[in-house]
Amino acid sequence: MGRLFAVEIVYRGIFQKNLAKNISRGIALAARHAGKMGISFGRYGDSPERNGIPAKSFAVIGTDEETLQEGMAKYEPKEVDVSIAVDDTLFKGVESWAWYGLQPINRLLRPGGTLIVTSMNGPEALIPMAHRKETPYRLAILKGTPSFSGLWVYKDDHTDVRVLGAIAKVLPDLFTIDDVEKAILEEWSAPLKVTSARKAHERITTRVVSPSEGNLEKTFEFELPKWYEMREGVSIPSIARGAAMTDPVTQQTGGYRPVRNPTFKKYTTRTMRPVVNFDTCVKCTLCWLQCPDSCFDVTPDALYDANMEACCGCGVCEAVCPVENCVTMVNETAFTDNASQWEMWKKDKPAYAAWLQEKIQHKPERSHGFRYRGQYEEQLPPMMEIAGGAGPEDESDKEG
Amino acid sequence: MAQAVEKVATSPKEHDALISGSEAIAVACKLADVDVITAYPIRPYDTVMQYVAKLVSNGELDCEYIVAESEHSQFEIVKHASAAGARVFCGSSGVGWMYAFEALTVTPALRIPMVAMVGNRALDDPGAFGVEHNDALAVRDLGWQLVWVDNAQEALDTALIAYRVAEDRRVFLPCAIACDGAFLTHSQSQVKIPPQEWVKRFLPPYNRGDLLLHPDNPITVAPQVNEDWLMEIRKHNDEAMKRSKTVIREAYAEFAKIFGRDYGNPFFEEYQTQDADVVLVGMGTLSMPVKVAIRRMRAEGKKVGFVRIRWFRPFVAEELAATLGRFKAVGIIDRDFSFGSPYTSGVLATEVRAALYPAEKRPPVLAFICGLGGREVTVPDVQRMSEMLLRAAAGERQPLTTWVGIRE
Ligand code: SF4
Ligand code: SF4
Repeated sequence: MGRLFAVEIVYRGIFQKNLAKNISRGIALAARHAGKMGISFGRYGDSPERNGIPAKSFAVIGTDEETLQEGMAKYEPKEVDVSIAVDDTLFKGVESWAWYGLQPINRLLRPGGTLIVTSMNGPEALIPMAHRKETPYRLAILKGTPSFSGLWVYKDDHTDVRVLGAIAKVLPDLFTIDDVEKAILEEWSAPLKVTSARKAHERITTRVVSPSEGNLEKTFEFELPKWYEMREGVSIPSIARGAAMTDPVTQQTGGYRPVRNPTFKKYTTRTMRPVVNFDTCVKCTLCWLQCPDSCFDVTPDALYDANMEACCGCGVCEAVCPVENCVTMVNETAFTDNASQWEMWKKDKPAYAAWLQEKIQHKPERSHGFRYRGQYEEQLPPMMEIAGGAGPEDESDKEG
Repeated sequence: MAQAVEKVATSPKEHDALISGSEAIAVACKLADVDVITAYPIRPYDTVMQYVAKLVSNGELDCEYIVAESEHSQFEIVKHASAAGARVFCGSSGVGWMYAFEALTVTPALRIPMVAMVGNRALDDPGAFGVEHNDALAVRDLGWQLVWVDNAQEALDTALIAYRVAEDRRVFLPCAIACDGAFLTHSQSQVKIPPQEWVKRFLPPYNRGDLLLHPDNPITVAPQVNEDWLMEIRKHNDEAMKRSKTVIREAYAEFAKIFGRDYGNPFFEEYQTQDADVVLVGMGTLSMPVKVAIRRMRAEGKKVGFVRIRWFRPFVAEELAATLGRFKAVGIIDRDFSFGSPYTSGVLATEVRAALYPAEKRPPVLAFICGLGGREVTVPDVQRMSEMLLRAAAGERQPLTTWVGIRE
């Protein structure tokens, strides 16, 4: 019996589906140059065509054919050697179309495995977002924004091969950087991509994440019913109706909060979230009306509080709000919980104003590549510079 | 629920009428006080449409009668109406039934107790009106209950029984009544039409309970699922189909009590099998020439019997195997084909052989393909099949599958 390797690529549909496929294909090709055989597949139940939804690709590699069979005809491996998150907001968890409940980003990682992430953030920002894991694992940060490389007209920023270079470093038993080079030349015939892969390989460093580090939140889970516990006719009772809300200060009740599905929240689809300035809101109802996911709870004082357990971060509310800077989309990495903004505001208005200002003033990278025309063109050169393949050499630019 | 306008005498007595199998089904719709009926014309099913339309226009039946733009819509409309609590009727024939196939697959999956009539017709091409059973048999694996009848009285009675069985919450699966094109759909015979009161006593109102699609009962029906749900959903239907056997027995017993017509074993009819050496097995109206032939052969001292299968789904394998095990040879007459099937026979032969496999006594089984495309099954055809069976019973090797009545 030989050795079976598994690597997962966690990505956001639709933007990163080609990138994820390129990476998992690249792994299988590089492994072949290392004398192994492998398969590359997307998780079948995922819905990678849906905007922003977390989805997975896998590469499973065996040292021989019989070993590889152990990893075949499966939807996903039980355990992986390396997990790759090509968008750091996925550190908050993965709720796929394919299953129920929230999976921590590091769930499939075997003890001592490596989580590679493309991010402009450092470990101090990333580790608290990921759920705690009982066993230590390693974190490797590949500098970069969430890449759209390989999608439609988006130009190649070499993220795919940089990830391959990083894997060769953190899991040399799988393949070496020389195998990666052969695979790149075979698949893309692009020497510049080889340079980028080698740069990533040189620079990537890892840091151990201990079981005492990370998000303590208990992930919501779902127990699948036995067949006889289900209703016949593929029918499901609806969730209950909503109820009035309570003002945390005055205890006044009123407004309406719909009851939402407790096991299908889908907020991990979000890469940015709306932050509402309740002091400037004119109560026009447009955000409440237009939100495609009915996220807005109507408060007793007739304000509209975007519920962060339900919001998928589409940005429609920001677009329809008639008051300038009243609703602002902010990158998800700026937040550590899903608490109600309205309650925060009610309890301490000056503190909320300061919090709000802090969140929106920098307008950090809110979402990658598609928010305004020409955004991607602006972002590509710095990405290439980071990759080091096409841009000027800069040895001081340290990864991780 | 719709209220039928009682035009016919409300006397608690049954009355005689000379009607076709199609008309008998239409009368059953009226007696069952069906709420929604959809139609799309195709021969021979269109005869039912015409009779139902007449009942509606005469004011004898108060129902929504919708002529759809295709068979697919036709079945979809009644599927939804049934989900919303309406008692429904629908039907088709041949490739019309096949055109509705997507709707036919979701109907049992959603536990819709639709009653449908399949006027059996050969599948195209070539275009042909005559009977073959392949149309109805196409849904055999999907959760449809399938029953074949051989005369107009049985068509009427079975339609009433079908509603009672399908709408029993233990079952909640659709039921198709298969009627041979021409021989049943287009020939009139004496039928006893029961009074409405008897039917009311026999057939409780359709109650969808918590599966009802209604604003007061908010539910989601037919969501998208992944591999972690589907087996459980299939298992539900498997169990319902198993329970259907019990419910069918109960319904026939109750029917006999109220209507005074006892069909004996609901699942299959035995004709002159008591002392038979060999038996033929078949479905539908071929029973008529088979019975005639058997009487003639019996006069010559040849002990041939006949087993007519009514319920093909659910299939009573154990009971049928035990019965067939009594004989020295069994011949299956398929009015259908299954190209490339085991021993290149028909659907029924393949099923009966499968039913016999675990049985203690397994007589030799000969398969016959006969009467395709509405070709008459003649008395000499039946005699020829019987002779082959008798030779097989005497230990002589016979071909496993034989086409009978073909020009060669
Ligand atoms: S971003 Fe706004 S509109 Fe979009 S889901 Fe969230 S609350 Fe609703
Ligand atoms: S759209 Fe803007 S102004 Fe209108 S209710 Fe929503 S937050 Fe207030």
